[in-house]
Amino acid sequence: MASGVKPRVKVPKTAAAGDSVTIKTLISHKMESGQRKDKEGNLIPRSIINRFTCDFNGANVIDVALEAAISTNPYFEFDAKVDASGDFQFTWYDDDGDVYEASKSISVS
Amino acid sequence: MKFTRRDALAMGIGATAVAMLPMRATAAADEAIAAFTGGADIGTGALTLTAPEIAENGNTVPVAVDAPGAVAVAVYASGNPTPGVVTFKFGPAAGSQTASTRIRLAGTQDVIAVAQMADGSFIKTSATVKVTIGGCGG
Repeated sequence: MASGVKPRVKVPKTAAAGDSVTIKTLISHKMESGQRKDKEGNLIPRSIINRFTCDFNGANVIDVALEAAISTNPYFEFDAKVDASGDFQFTWYDDDGDVYEASKSISVS
Repeated sequence: MKFTRRDALAMGIGATAVAMLPMRATAAADEAIAAFTGGADIGTGALTLTAPEIAENGNTVPVAVDAPGAVAVAVYASGNPTPGVVTFKFGPAAGSQTASTRIRLAGTQDVIAVAQMADGSFIKTSATVKVTIGGCGG
């Protein structure tokens, strides 16, 4: 599932120093669970994103281990503490070895 | 039909047995939780698991965890073919120990959250979700 994967991230553009900001991420991915069967009754092999990380200026915000029970188009919402302006780096790791990345910057006053 | 005291008792026992049935599936979840905690004792504490009481579609059930002071939170679905759902590890830049996502549930079951606190102890909470349409494409 290397095609059609599109990460989407929502980060506020500005924040006050020391504030906690809410980050929302969504990535389009089938998240084939390995439980479903095709028309011939063969099991469709598992193909999911198994890890998602978010870093802010090199410091880890959240590290998520995903299992097959995560819905199609995995969505995450979490909070990050921002002390200075910088970049959020988002990384998704696919079962097939692909890595999807996105980044967003925030200006802190 | 005559309804004797003995019949009533038998029916009561039968109903209890039926009510206990969904609990069978928890053995796999217990094993997965033991693997996460390393067999440590699990207490209760400030851990909130937000899940809908009734989910119409088991393919996307929104769940949220809130565990102030936790370093990691793992979520398990006791009635799924594979009990593991998701593990959140909170880093130094996390604003709060909250996270939400959407999960698949195969049917009506208990969703269990286990949090590892900063001092190494574990706390647990669970929520029952009634699922109208299962989400495992069986």
